[in-house]
Amino acid sequence: MTRKTALFTALLFAVSFPQAGQSAVEVPSLAEVAGRYAITPGSSIAFSVGQVGGGGIKGKFGKFSGTFNLKAGDLAHSMVSFELKPESVMTGQDRIDAFLRSGAVFDSSQFETISFRSEHVEQTGPDSARITGTLTAKGRSMSESFDVTLTAWSGRMIAFNVSGRIFRSRYAMDVGTPIYSNVVQFDMMIKGERN
Amino acid sequence: MRHPADYYNPLTIILHWLIALIILGLIVLGFVMTRPSIDPSLQFSLFQWHKSFGILALLLAAIRFIHSLALVRVRPAAGMSPLEHRAAKMMHHALLVLAVGVPLAGWMVASVSPLEIPTFAFNLVVVPHLPVPKSDAAEAWWTMAHAVLAYSMLALVFLHSGAALYHHYRRHDDVLTRIFGGRRHPVKTSIREWRS
Ligand code: HEM
Ligand code: HEM
Repeated sequence: MTRKTALFTALLFAVSFPQAGQSAVEVPSLAEVAGRYAITPGSSIAFSVGQVGGGGIKGKFGKFSGTFNLKAGDLAHSMVSFELKPESVMTGQDRIDAFLRSGAVFDSSQFETISFRSEHVEQTGPDSARITGTLTAKGRSMSESFDVTLTAWSGRMIAFNVSGRIFRSRYAMDVGTPIYSNVVQFDMMIKGERN
Repeated sequence: MRHPADYYNPLTIILHWLIALIILGLIVLGFVMTRPSIDPSLQFSLFQWHKSFGILALLLAAIRFIHSLALVRVRPAAGMSPLEHRAAKMMHHALLVLAVGVPLAGWMVASVSPLEIPTFAFNLVVVPHLPVPKSDAAEAWWTMAHAVLAYSMLALVFLHSGAALYHHYRRHDDVLTRIFGGRRHPVKTSIREWRS
């Protein structure tokens, strides 16, 4: 963790927080990490919704794409733009998938994409940050935040764990509450390849 | 054995009509909510209402089952033959059993389903699933069993209420009035003769 911590600090915060790195030896130069990245298909976009009495629904989205731009020295204006196809939802249960695609939840034939566009990024720790931006789903746009933690970095590749809690009622998707929680917990592994 | 009474006690009457009302409502609801063209969001909430009232029906019917078998004993209406009396008793027993069996089968549907959708009765009480293995095949089987039992019960209820109406409008006896709490024309002479 220490190495990653140091790397991430170097990656994102070196210019603004030159002292934050814990191990100066391993800090890569900023030129190494700044730049535009494409989110690779090897990433995973997983979510879960709790249910009364324990357990719940766990699922993934298979189709998504996005880019992010790590701005050297200007972390706050680093940009993330992400899109997913709700129709690609997979819970392991066809009937649940069909229900999620239906008008009751995503209405994926009407609203083909769910998108997120960052507005600002703030550092929350040596290897973590919080991204705030606009999430648009089912024709509704709301401000949401995700917590990002660096998990791996090597050469042209970088990986983050991204988590967030979204209230589905804000997007007119609150069917089934209170049996199923209003909170959708996202747990994503975002891999970026620098282009 | 207790002596048969001339009229039903208030608990019997309240349970009879409460259960009848809930069961008939559940059959209509069950039919409507399983139409393939229904809006999925509406369908989800109708299923939850169905399960909530279904569990309530099960609770009341279980109480009624014990209460009726142990305590309810009324004299046959005036002018009924032993055969008619037996037929009425068999019908009542069948209805007592089905009123418990149908919701139990419904509870099995919810319990064997791999979807594991909780039964959260009236959004107040989590009714646990019965401890049974889950599979699509078992769900299909119990869905069928629940539907067949429910519609069979409906057929019996038609016969049962048809008989009640027949007694009222053709025989002019007190069969129908006494299940509404009526105490007119108590006929005491036939108790011994008709006791079974
Ligand atoms: C789901 C619907 C129904 C069920 C499960 C049901 C069940 C029963 C049962 C088990 C009894 C025996 C008394 C007891 O132990 O409670 C009974 C009696 C009776 N029921 Fe129903 N019933 C239903 C609907 C109806 C309807 C709709 C009518 C009238 C139109 C009706 C008329 C009567 C009458 C008149 C009696 C008294 C019979 C007698 O005194 O011998 N029931 N019912
Ligand atoms: C006396 C009580 C009940 C009655 C009369 C009743 C009646 C019905 C009827 C008529 C249907 C539609 C069948 C069809 O057309 O396919 C149905 C479906 C269903 N019932 Fe009940 N029900 C009762 C209790 C319950 C209970 C207690 C539960 C669960 C806790 C339950 C769960 C279900 C489910 C899940 C279905 C849908 C099955 C499917 O098609 O997927 N029911 N019920």
